[in-house]
Amino acid sequence: MEITLTGHGASFYDFVHVEHGYLLPRFHVPESGAAPSFAQPPHGTTILALKYLDGVVIAADRQATEGYQVASRHIEKVYKADEYSAIAIAGAAGPCIEMVKLFQVELEHYEKLEGEVLALEGKANKLAQMVRQNLPAAFQGLVVIPIFAGYDLRKSEGRIFKYDITGGRYEEGDYYSTGSGGKDARNTLKKFFRPGMTREQAVRLGLEALLDASEEDVATGGPDPVRGIYPSVKIVAQTGTNDLPEDEIRQMCEALLSERRR
Amino acid sequence: MAIPFYVAPDQMVQDKAEYARKGIAKGKSIVAMESAVGITLVAENPSASLNKISEIYDRIGFAGVGKYSEFENLRKAGIRYADLKGYAYSREDVFSKSLANAYSEVIGNIFTREIKPLEVEILVVEVGETPEENQMYRILFDGSISDHHGSVVIGGQAEKISQFLRDRFRDGLRLEEAIKLGKEALEAGQGGPIRENTLEVAILDRARPGRKFRRFSALDLRELLAKASLGS
Repeated sequence: MEITLTGHGASFYDFVHVEHGYLLPRFHVPESGAAPSFAQPPHGTTILALKYLDGVVIAADRQATEGYQVASRHIEKVYKADEYSAIAIAGAAGPCIEMVKLFQVELEHYEKLEGEVLALEGKANKLAQMVRQNLPAAFQGLVVIPIFAGYDLRKSEGRIFKYDITGGRYEEGDYYSTGSGGKDARNTLKKFFRPGMTREQAVRLGLEALLDASEEDVATGGPDPVRGIYPSVKIVAQTGTNDLPEDEIRQMCEALLSERRR
Repeated sequence: MAIPFYVAPDQMVQDKAEYARKGIAKGKSIVAMESAVGITLVAENPSASLNKISEIYDRIGFAGVGKYSEFENLRKAGIRYADLKGYAYSREDVFSKSLANAYSEVIGNIFTREIKPLEVEILVVEVGETPEENQMYRILFDGSISDHHGSVVIGGQAEKISQFLRDRFRDGLRLEEAIKLGKEALEAGQGGPIRENTLEVAILDRARPGRKFRRFSALDLRELLAKASLGS
């Protein structure tokens, strides 16, 4: 590798695209159309985000599926993007994870070059561009659908953004959920969401929504006390982006499960 | 056909070096020191927004003296280099050694090929998991590179300041002691007091998780220097 002195902006994506394009994920679409039947990559399923008093709770189940098969029981779908934002991803796992990785570097790169952190709006827009770049692959079945949650330091509030495959970016007021069990989770969120919930109430509601999704959607993984696998939850607030301790998640999931026991 | 002037290579190199040295001598110096917590960088910089010290990657910091636009360009190139390497391989694979070599190569090439050499001197420092693994590289305007332990100085008064530090620097300085010593060394270099608000100080803190670079605000600095003078 060499040092590149010639001018580039503050975008890592643009730099790699121009100088080292081979490093970027690129999925060529064959002219004939449909993907061969064996090419069914792992897919991540249900993700959600909801606001609470001091920020946003962002969570996902841990399962990835390959058609009717379980590809992984403990895949990670929620990532810290930078100090004040997090991203959850649903869709083809490979391209999803690659996009997250690129997005994380993009944010850090900008921050180091410019000496300023991007505004939350700017981060959300950058992600939209990256999702848009994936459109040809999305037509091949390699869909990447993120939810982006962040704490807006200028407005002093948590914000949630959802995306469509064309890179369309829409802000959600209270909550959102997507992925294969997204609609089921959304039903639960819709029924029980209240503005100004405490962190604990919001986490509980998020976990309940994921539990409901796992009951209605075969691709979504439920809490798994046997293997000790529970949904992953991150909290985005003014104090930064942090994992919710696994113990806390486990206890809440167990409480939810025992409520349903007969 | 016009016959190009013949200039002996040694004459050309000498002229270029002199030109570069003159440019660098105008600038203020920067001190980097190993201390108990990591690596401390101290510079005199009247500007609060045009930095001379900055973050490259998790464990790697950068400092430059001379022409701002030139070392700023080098800084950005270094960040691109490191981020690309971290993205293509992994975060653990980004080392200061390869970055310093890449810098040396590109600065050296400019020195030999271009009419005008870069009027810069830079430092690439990396905090290791143990003090023994710390790395400090100094790269000159002609691409020559050297590695250092303990302390290293770049800039116009580097010689004088190194002399000052030779007797006073010791291993295992506390953070505030290192900053104070850095300030005194810079003052010795320019032969007059330096106001606290014109100091730019940053540290690569071994104890921080992930990105170890931290810049001190004017307020932090005042407190640390007060602490240091209380201690002594």
